[in-house]
Amino acid sequence: KEDRTGRCMDKSITLPPDEIFRNLENAKRFAIDIGGSLTKLAYYSTVQHKVAKVRSFDHSAKVNGDPLYEISVQEEITARLHFIKFENAYIETCLDFIKDHLVNTETKVIKATGGGAYKFKDLIEKKLKLKVDKEDEMTCLIKGCNFVLKNIPHEAFVYAKHADSEFRFQNTHPDIFPYLLINIGSGVSIVKVEAEDKFERIGGSSIGGGTFWGLGALLTKTKRFDELLQLASKGQHTNVDMLVKDIYGGAYGSLGLTGDLIASSFGKSATTDKEFSKEDMAKSLLHMISNDIGQLACLYAKLHNLTRVYFGGFFIRGHPVTMHTITYSINFFTKGEVQALFLRHEGYLGAIGAFLKGAEEDNPNQYSWEENYAGSSGLMSASPELNPVQRARSGTFDMLEMDRLDRQLVNLPLLQDPTSYIPDTVDLTEDALAREYWLYCFEDALDGVVKRAIASQKDQPEAVERAEKFRQKYRHKVQTLRHQPFAYGSLTVRSLLDTREHCLNEFNFPDPYSKIKQKENDMALKYYLKVVKSVEELSWEQRQFTLVKGLLAGNVFDWGAKAVSDVLESDPEFGFEQAKQQLQERPWLVDAYNQWIERLKGPPHKCALFFVDNSGIDIILGVFPFIRELLVRGTEVVLASNSGPALNDVTNSELQILTERIAAMDPVIHAALKEDRLALVQNGSSSPCLDLSRLDKVLATVVRERGTDLVIIEGMGRAIHTNYYAMLSCESLKLAVIKNSWLAERLGGKIFSVVFKYEVPSKAQGQH
Amino acid sequence: MELNGFHCDGEGCAEEQEEEPKALRLPRSKTDASCSIIATPGADSAAAGGSALREQRMSKSTPAMLRLDSLKKNRPPFPWFGMDIGGTLVKLVYFEPKDITAEEEQEEVESLKSIRRYLTSHTAYGKTGIRDVHLELSDLTLWGRKGNLHFIRFPTHELPAFLQMGRDKHFSSLHTTLCATGGGAFKYEDDFRTMANLQLLKLDELDCLIKGVLYIYSVVSSGPPECYYFEHPTDPERCEQKAYNLENPYPLLLVNIGSGVSILAVYSKDNYKRVTGTSLGGGTFLGLCCLLTGCSTFEEALAMATEGESTHVDKLVRDIYGGDYERFGLPGWAVASSFGNMICKEKRDSVSKEDLARATLVTITNNIGSITRMCALNENIERVVFVGNFLRVNTLSMKLLAYALDYWSKGQLKALFLRHEGYFGAVGALLELPNPS
Repeated sequence: KEDRTGRCMDKSITLPPDEIFRNLENAKRFAIDIGGSLTKLAYYSTVQHKVAKVRSFDHSAKVNGDPLYEISVQEEITARLHFIKFENAYIETCLDFIKDHLVNTETKVIKATGGGAYKFKDLIEKKLKLKVDKEDEMTCLIKGCNFVLKNIPHEAFVYAKHADSEFRFQNTHPDIFPYLLINIGSGVSIVKVEAEDKFERIGGSSIGGGTFWGLGALLTKTKRFDELLQLASKGQHTNVDMLVKDIYGGAYGSLGLTGDLIASSFGKSATTDKEFSKEDMAKSLLHMISNDIGQLACLYAKLHNLTRVYFGGFFIRGHPVTMHTITYSINFFTKGEVQALFLRHEGYLGAIGAFLKGAEEDNPNQYSWEENYAGSSGLMSASPELNPVQRARSGTFDMLEMDRLDRQLVNLPLLQDPTSYIPDTVDLTEDALAREYWLYCFEDALDGVVKRAIASQKDQPEAVERAEKFRQKYRHKVQTLRHQPFAYGSLTVRSLLDTREHCLNEFNFPDPYSKIKQKENDMALKYYLKVVKSVEELSWEQRQFTLVKGLLAGNVFDWGAKAVSDVLESDPEFGFEQAKQQLQERPWLVDAYNQWIERLKGPPHKCALFFVDNSGIDIILGVFPFIRELLVRGTEVVLASNSGPALNDVTNSELQILTERIAAMDPVIHAALKEDRLALVQNGSSSPCLDLSRLDKVLATVVRERGTDLVIIEGMGRAIHTNYYAMLSCESLKLAVIKNSWLAERLGGKIFSVVFKYEVPSKAQGQH
Repeated sequence: MELNGFHCDGEGCAEEQEEEPKALRLPRSKTDASCSIIATPGADSAAAGGSALREQRMSKSTPAMLRLDSLKKNRPPFPWFGMDIGGTLVKLVYFEPKDITAEEEQEEVESLKSIRRYLTSHTAYGKTGIRDVHLELSDLTLWGRKGNLHFIRFPTHELPAFLQMGRDKHFSSLHTTLCATGGGAFKYEDDFRTMANLQLLKLDELDCLIKGVLYIYSVVSSGPPECYYFEHPTDPERCEQKAYNLENPYPLLLVNIGSGVSILAVYSKDNYKRVTGTSLGGGTFLGLCCLLTGCSTFEEALAMATEGESTHVDKLVRDIYGGDYERFGLPGWAVASSFGNMICKEKRDSVSKEDLARATLVTITNNIGSITRMCALNENIERVVFVGNFLRVNTLSMKLLAYALDYWSKGQLKALFLRHEGYFGAVGALLELPNPS
């Protein structure tokens, strides 16, 4: 058998089951999309994960010295979608492998789509003993496209060949419809998608990938599609095409047609009697087809008044030459009004759609999903000259894994403009200097994370081995990102942090900081009443300042910051008062304290939403005294905390216990809880950062129902790395202590500089 | 290969050509009808050439006399040429005066005479120059002179030979202005000056194109209709050519298919815009055919295309779906992927050159049809006129365009064609002769 690159494939290839076809034993619901050269397999599986759970002891029986709450590690089952892409040559080997490992016998059918589905129908039915159920290709494609656009931030990108980063990722628009999908397979289909199940093929063209391939094979005697593209990337189309300047001698000025414009594709081969090189002909052909498709796409976009135009199909599929020529053509014909958009997971759309068709009874569209960075291969730079080794490997097996989230995620209703909201402050894909620093930083911190992971599971001897695997996995990710910062969309501090969390989870280190959090929470609780009392004795003005300072000092206790974790590691006595000493004196790096105080002299806020950060001193001695004051003023408070663990951030379940304990000591908090003026809501995330466009639906409802008019975002991860520039439609406080000297310097300050940003939307914006 | 009969001078080349050319050579009996349109003062909408085309009337009225005087004064000296130098072909129109008086004959310089004789007594010039005799317009009145309008073409790469001839025949001594349009008017301006001592009056090709179309339509009143369409284009049995009345042509989509394609939206005689264009045009058809089949002329390529079967080369909807793709209303016969079968080695080995030529023709033609249809929809124009030399002796493409426009627009769009398909630019250039500015 020959693969598309023409080499003879070793059919007895041994598959590395650790890496591909993972969790096959629990797999159910299969779907397969067989294209001209690649097969995409999709299956749904359940993954057993260790999760750290906290459980409150019965406090009536609590003796001094016992820990605050119990931590237990439990097994939890989560749902995951696996997508694997491989060359058709492997199909038999892969089917054998699946047959051998498939335990689940409930599965009776496999959904199939793609041109090859007919061809391999018998083979699949024989090998897997599953009935092949054919699904319409276009329906699958659209379903898949809707799914990735809705669930994967940074799915779509603009391609810029000569830019510092080839890929410019687009913010996902909260409403993905309507859009135009131009699918360039052997021919071209132009589909207008208006809603989840409402789409229409509004046109097409017979000049597509098959034309490039077929005509290219005739002209150059080169058989393979990839090789034709290779030839094209080396050719000069001007040797074959008749340009405007070949006719005019220069530009056609009165029409604004430049001299380099192609007047007639292949026009020179009609008038000159000479040999043309294969490279030049392939390039000319590529231009001819790309321009033609681009022109038609623009005509259809204009007729239907659509500005979002996505391109897919095997002609595009990550090939830089075709993305470049299509982008150029769209720019030319729309004068920049329409951008050509490409998709990171374009190759999987059919498989995803076929899968979703078969999984309708599981209501996959009712959940939110998240790309698992640990299990997904990421976008490879397709530039042939770049990383040939990685390219070869990615050509063999490419994976995408999506985790089903327990909760549905939506926008924070208080975002001023959800369409332009970008969570991340710095795009490391574009900022090379910052990228270098942070990649170094995360690699440098890896030893510490590994140590911490092992320490959190002292009772399990194999933890060392797992931690080592984690180290390899994460280091590999960081190294990949060094070469391909665009692998998972825009590279950001957030994505680096999230990738680390995904990798830790993958190797069953669900909460390495659980014990530290427990210890710190316990200790901080002991000081709570003391802190509250000392604050109460102060004058109003002094009290407000002490509360803010306490909030900031609490935020110093962040194990995610290396400068702090080193101190905490070496000096267990380091406490709240020492932290206050470390803080920068006013005026702070960003100092809106005076405006905030003036505001406090006015009427109380209706409801404050507080995105909390760390466990221990931060939440107990910093946040609680601060919100206590708000409650006393008559402001309702909603504390939003993480749904799952990330570093030493307080989780919702921990916060429940802590609040209960504080309420037992403090009548103000007790009353507020009882009267529902203080609410604890999870944010739907397990990240040390905060994406306000992906928050728990319940939180959004609470925020709306309570008429929230103040948002407080605390900590480096949530208020500096993300959301620093987020514009809200109500008042907001963003505060953090910069615990990283490089970042502090970049912002024009020193380590432990304070950011206290108080923003009031202007009236005009408020009305908007 | 049956290439015989294709080296002729443009008549009877393809079976679709029928016997029209012979009928055409008959002198025109009624010229005044066509001329009167132009002569009527104030009838600007019909007077295609505008002020340059005022016509003498056999009237004794003083204004007419005055006009005649001024006409004589402003009338450009012979010879009268219009030239359109395209990417592939040079199109030349020549007005041959037939009302030369004995006195004039005496005064006429030798070079002028020799040019006239050379052009009118031959139908082929050198190896590649051709006079399209069937298109000749006889007994035409232009700027007060009666004569015949001749239509001549030769490949652009033969331009040096043409210039050489111009020098040999002392063209420059005639102190005439040579009106030229097309890209070559700009590209070769220096060559005209240095090689033939000729000064070009450069004109915009789209301006000329529209002027030419309107003029020719207005002067042709007898013989085969200038503007025609195909009735029942979707039914090969009943499909036939019919005359079309283009008296009130606006708005109009004008598609000029030369080496490349320009698409113009024309709203009045001097209000038009270029909507778009495509580089997939006649040059692409010929260029690809040359590379794929080894042919070297348009006629050869067309002849092969006539014999070939494109479905051997193209992948049809039914090749993929077994029949119609009903979900999307695509008929089984529609081409899904042009050259799509050629990705397969066995099929590449079994196709003929004729099949390849046919597939190339169908691909290029359908693509032009598709872009044209989208432009017509975007511009909200229902009438489409196709011109340009790609359509010369190319009934295959014309019928395809007629069919495609009718089928995909569900009968909304009408494809119109003009007999003097490739010469309008040159005619438009000729009409600028009295306007030396």
